[in-house]
Amino acid sequence: MVDTVLAFARTLRHAGVPASPDRVEAMLAALAHLRVLDRGDVYWAGRLTLCGGPDDLDRYDAAFAAFFSGERPRTSRARTTTPPRLAASAPLDAGSGEGDDADAPDLAARASADEVLRHRDVGTMSPAEREHLRRLFALLVPAAPMRPSRRRRPATRGAVHPARTVRSALRDGGEVRRLRHRRARPRPRRVVLLVDVSGSMTPYADAMLRFAHAAVRARPTSTEVFTIGTRLTRLTRELRRRDADRALEASGQAIPDWSGGTRLGEVLKAFLDRWGQRGTARGAVVVVCSDGWERGDAGLLGEQMVRLRRLAHAVVWVNPHKGRDGYEPLTGGMQAVLPSVDHFVAGHSMAAFEQLSGVIHRA
Amino acid sequence: MLPGVSERTGPGGPAELAAALEATGYLPDEGLATAAYLALAMHRPLFLEGEAGVGKTALAHALAEITGRPLHRLQCYEGLEASQALYDWDFGRQLLHLRAAEAAHVDADTASLEASLYDRRFLLARPLLRALEDSPSVLLVDEIDRADDEFEAFLLELLSDFTISIPELGTIRAETPPLVVLTSNRTREVHDALKRRCLYHWLAHPDFDREVAILRRRLPDVTEQLARQVARATATLRTLDLLKPPGIAEAMDWATALHTLGARELDPDLAARTLGAVLKYREDTERVQALGTGALVGA
Repeated sequence: MVDTVLAFARTLRHAGVPASPDRVEAMLAALAHLRVLDRGDVYWAGRLTLCGGPDDLDRYDAAFAAFFSGERPRTSRARTTTPPRLAASAPLDAGSGEGDDADAPDLAARASADEVLRHRDVGTMSPAEREHLRRLFALLVPAAPMRPSRRRRPATRGAVHPARTVRSALRDGGEVRRLRHRRARPRPRRVVLLVDVSGSMTPYADAMLRFAHAAVRARPTSTEVFTIGTRLTRLTRELRRRDADRALEASGQAIPDWSGGTRLGEVLKAFLDRWGQRGTARGAVVVVCSDGWERGDAGLLGEQMVRLRRLAHAVVWVNPHKGRDGYEPLTGGMQAVLPSVDHFVAGHSMAAFEQLSGVIHRA
Repeated sequence: MLPGVSERTGPGGPAELAAALEATGYLPDEGLATAAYLALAMHRPLFLEGEAGVGKTALAHALAEITGRPLHRLQCYEGLEASQALYDWDFGRQLLHLRAAEAAHVDADTASLEASLYDRRFLLARPLLRALEDSPSVLLVDEIDRADDEFEAFLLELLSDFTISIPELGTIRAETPPLVVLTSNRTREVHDALKRRCLYHWLAHPDFDREVAILRRRLPDVTEQLARQVARATATLRTLDLLKPPGIAEAMDWATALHTLGARELDPDLAARTLGAVLKYREDTERVQALGTGALVGA
């Protein structure tokens, strides 16, 4: 029986359910209390101990059915490795085609090159410049916005802390000699980044995701990242890896709709239904990185933005095209979202990303 | 039944536990009964996640009832601290005690006077400590997703060995580990370390027959016909992609509201007037009104 369970756990791991050894141990313990030969009991013993969230349940069901109907684990493995996606450097090479290699800067003059690069449009960079920019991203540490919390800490000023005051009085023979105080402890406010990875955003999506990686690395517990395109993908877990290239590689594998179309309204609705309304967007600074090219119904997008505005503390819209001279937000999508946006900023260059980081910090 | 299940754990198997729960008016499905049975048998906390109003908290109450154990409930919120969850010293009474000892000129040395200050009677037990002292008990940690990371980490420590050490008093250990039920509405992802120590169960909306059975069971005055219609209408509402799909709690509220109005069956007019019992968002109400409440009532 132990062998069967271990083999099943292996199948499950291939299917993407993190069945860790202690969970497997728990499943064995659970089976000791149930009928080992009963299919239903085995199903529940595994599901209750090996799964850790609603996302795991479908995978578990599929793996369970496959495994106990005698199929080889390989089938479920094939299922999970279907989306072979871009490698670490792929999005860097996937330039817009505007990049002119002829005017690649002489990197010997590094300091001034850095400065020039900071203001260059990411979308029109040559592969060499992008390579350089990657190193600049490593230096970016976005500061988190703060909010007061309900948790309090001892302080020299602020409201009187009765428990500490009396406790110190007890030490002094029951005499209150000094008042103790406490104040609210500030906590980082949640930041939610929604990055558009549709075809029209391809030149910028890589830089945006690098920015997202820097934000997640700076505040892993209070930052959430999703990509939007034709569907919603949560990337927070992938981006928690320390190394930016590996984090992006993992992200690339997780994003099924890279360079596809855009259905902003629908995907935003999916985000609000599944995550936002429950709490992820509540009181958070929500940053949407998109050019607002909506192929669906702009009305739906506007509606969802109003809904987002009601939940979030602040809504920041990052549009790379805003950095171009003479840009006017005339597309239907942008027209629909602007009334619900608190800060409308550009996101086309390193300097713009530094600015964005400041906007998020002060939001 | 299987060896290894002691008398203390009560029911001999999931089916028996399900029957006992049904007797109290809580109708679990197979998975939930297995989960609750394993929680009792393995002394492992039960982590229940699911939409609001599917009966997570009610399960803890039903389990307390069938095991005859007292229920201790801890409602979580952000900033929940050990002094509200675990224990606190009653400083006011300690001060009074000190003053009284002074006034009575008790000739005790300072050491014993100090020791008497930290006596059990000056300790205010909060839900977690009460659950351990009151062993065996049922501990309900409600809406853990509302608490913050600090509290989660602290709970982790408690759930792994069911002991609390109070520096001035010593270690307090539960004779029998309490049956712990944690609930979450998933407003936030709870840390994996906490989930790993628990049995995880996702509670979905009940199917039609079970919903009718639950309505009939909890609201015996409601007619069979009305219960079936409410269950069907609620099921329809859940398919409409609403902001807040109604749970079993809302279905019960609705049936109660209809019954209070003297309804024996659901008609479009009554449904329109009582929609506020099931739908809690203006957008949802507008949506259903646009569709016409007749669609809900339709056979």
